Amino acid sequence: MRISNRAKWSLRAVALLYLLALLILPVVIIFAKTFEHGFGVAWGWMTTPAAISALWLSLLMAIIAVPLNTVFGIACALVLVRRRGRLAAVLDGLIDLPFLVSPIIVGLALTLVYGIHGWFGTFFTDHGIRIIFAVPGMVLATVFVSLPFVVREVAPVLVEVGDEQEQAAATLGASDWQTFRRITLPSIRWGVIYGVILSTARALGEIGAVLVVSSSVAGSTLTLPLLVYQRASQLGPGAETAAYAAATELAVISLVVLLAMTAFSSRRPHAR
Amino acid sequence: MALGLSTLYLSVIVLLPLAAVTVKAVSQSPSDFWQSVTNTLAVRALLTTLGASLLTAAIGAVMGTVVAWVLVRDDFPGKRIINAIIDLPFALPTIVAGLALLALYGPGSPFGIHLAFTRAVVLVALLFVTLPFVVRSVQPVLMEIDQEVEDAAASLGAGNGVIFRRVVLPALRPAIISGAALAFARAVGEIGSLLIITAKVPIASIVIFANVESDAPQAAASLSLVLIVLSLIVLVLIRRLGGRVAH
Repeated sequence: MRISNRAKWSLRAVALLYLLALLILPVVIIFAKTFEHGFGVAWGWMTTPAAISALWLSLLMAIIAVPLNTVFGIACALVLVRRRGRLAAVLDGLIDLPFLVSPIIVGLALTLVYGIHGWFGTFFTDHGIRIIFAVPGMVLATVFVSLPFVVREVAPVLVEVGDEQEQAAATLGASDWQTFRRITLPSIRWGVIYGVILSTARALGEIGAVLVVSSSVAGSTLTLPLLVYQRASQLGPGAETAAYAAATELAVISLVVLLAMTAFSSRRPHAR
Repeated sequence: MALGLSTLYLSVIVLLPLAAVTVKAVSQSPSDFWQSVTNTLAVRALLTTLGASLLTAAIGAVMGTVVAWVLVRDDFPGKRIINAIIDLPFALPTIVAGLALLALYGPGSPFGIHLAFTRAVVLVALLFVTLPFVVRSVQPVLMEIDQEVEDAAASLGAGNGVIFRRVVLPALRPAIISGAALAFARAVGEIGSLLIITAKVPIASIVIFANVESDAPQAAASLSLVLIVLSLIVLVLIRRLGGRVAH
């Protein structure tokens, strides 16, 4: 299709203006508002004890949730692609559920299972273990919402590479574990890395599900996104700058994530 | 063993909690259930959420296709950077997006646009969080399209409008529909970007959150169940629309 120069320019203008208004302006305003009163003030809000512990707690969420979902993701993708059966088909249908269910429903669901009046509530209170309104519940929520990423990245790569090399390795006497480590894992590694990047971004930034199961107490159950929400809901210029400062930390992390996504996307055989 | 462990993991992490929501919703008298999903606020919230999500999917389908077209067929300095920032909404925490929209369209708006706490800002937030879906599903298909077919159509006298409608669009349609379906599903469940900018607009996920906060888990569970079922129905309808055209 050869389109006229005028049509070409108008399409380009429409697309770029749309992206400018929708994507670029929001990031610019976050940085602008954060450093409105100078770098020192913003840095001061980023280094309060509450802000530092929030950053660590957010990192902790990712450090626990991402490895769990990566191991599960690789195993599950192998099952879905290499072994076709009724159970695998059911699994395939259910794996996307965390993408379809609102995070708020995830939080509610966890309280109904692990909360004081939940299914296992009495069991955990009897043993003095607190799940809801504490870190374990927040970890469960984070694991839930970031679960499908690795599976969905690795499965198409597995389809693409096929299983001939794995079979050859097995014929030559390699054990299952050797075949996996020497053949399968190297061929899916970019898919795994991309899935890990996506789940890390989601784990660090999750708010809906975590909000319901956290007591939002600074220093113990307040993640960085929750800190943004808490400060943004308070009034006063100090709270406002605090909210923007925490948002800037998250924005910087997400720009790093974006760089990583760009660096690895060309090595990814399958575009989404 | 991998199959068993995968199934176990998925069951404990995902299925068990969702089962608890379902049980909570249905283990009350039918009249209580009916009351919690048909009261004025619940109905308005469900309609607003589904309507806003459908509108988001529709606008996203059109604008996403335009953006994908420009990224594939056009060439200009800085294109690679633009291509990279398309994924920003997947990387940026949604609460940050919400805060940015408050700064842009709230009381202190630098442009004097006061949209905060209106339906319009809800739509902007949903368009932001769902932007990559259609772009990223259309882009690879557009790259694969054989442009010779378009040239052939042009040499036979077809205008650009006809070529786009008869040649390009049919090839892109399945990708547009599947991207729009993902955007719809994401929009229905969205909460993070809406938390601080939609105090007065009834949004289903926010009403559910309010129910949880006010210790009404049964009402929250009922509304959750209805929201999941309704959005699944719409999703099937959208997918069917794509499937029919694809054949």
